Amino acid sequence: MKSINWFHYAAPQTFYGFAGRVWPWLAVLATALMLAGLWLGFAVAPADFQQGEGYRIIFVHVPVSWMSMVVYLAMAFWSVLGLTFNTRLSGMMTRALAPTGALFAFLSLWTGALWGKPMWGTWWVWDARLTSELILFFLYLGYIALTSAIDDTRRSDRAGALIAIVGAVNVPIIYFSVKWWNTLHQGASVSLTKGSSMAEVMLWGMLLMALAFWFYTLALVLYRVRTLILQRESHATWVHELDEVKP
Amino acid sequence: MRWESWSQFWAMGGYAVYVWGSVGVTALLMALEVWQARWAHRAVLKQLKTEQAVAQLPVEELM
Repeated sequence: MKSINWFHYAAPQTFYGFAGRVWPWLAVLATALMLAGLWLGFAVAPADFQQGEGYRIIFVHVPVSWMSMVVYLAMAFWSVLGLTFNTRLSGMMTRALAPTGALFAFLSLWTGALWGKPMWGTWWVWDARLTSELILFFLYLGYIALTSAIDDTRRSDRAGALIAIVGAVNVPIIYFSVKWWNTLHQGASVSLTKGSSMAEVMLWGMLLMALAFWFYTLALVLYRVRTLILQRESHATWVHELDEVKP
Repeated sequence: MRWESWSQFWAMGGYAVYVWGSVGVTALLMALEVWQARWAHRAVLKQLKTEQAVAQLPVEELM
């Protein structure tokens, strides 16, 4: 059996080409899934028996919240790879992920506040779920601030990797906060072990939206990492030989 | 389709501010993010092109 040499793909030059071929397809997939998800969520799904039409915030709130956690774990994953194997791509991938993660963490708090106001009567409470998500948002901002404050890329990547790895402890805390503490935030509506407590069409709408945000993130991160590769490898011969760079 | 009219759809059963405030800000920020990523990519390509053009000039013209 022929084994795949993963380090081959970790070379910035190879990855630049690969990402350039793949991201447009992911973007198309993200758009299609989002349209389908919005259709199910906003045109087909019935009103909720308790929350009326107000529950429809779920079709944005849950996907952005999930992604805010997934993206941070992905950053921690790339950081571990970077510190272990010293691959150049790892630092760039971590950096390409951070802005999208920060955006999703912010949107999670924003849509959560807009949902909390009509349903709980308050924009914000210092309960475990909300507070740990706020910490996640600050971790993203901290990562971005720290890495952009250090000019030397290797040092900057290493410092960033440390924040990404240490901060990853916060992600399971967010996820399990509704179980571990008595929170105003409700428990999970979808569980791997117990299935779902939602009506089927609502669940499908939410899952389609979640998939759409996955592909959006993948497409955008691959797009952004190409920009970073060009910046960091600007003195490499292969960059000068690219068609898009020819004068 | 469960809506009887567009105005009923936009009203969201009285939750318009909350629902559209969530969807709208999410859509706006994602659009901005995409725009920013494209802008940054084009800026790098432009800079690399300029550097290439300068590198290809005959030495006398750089004096």
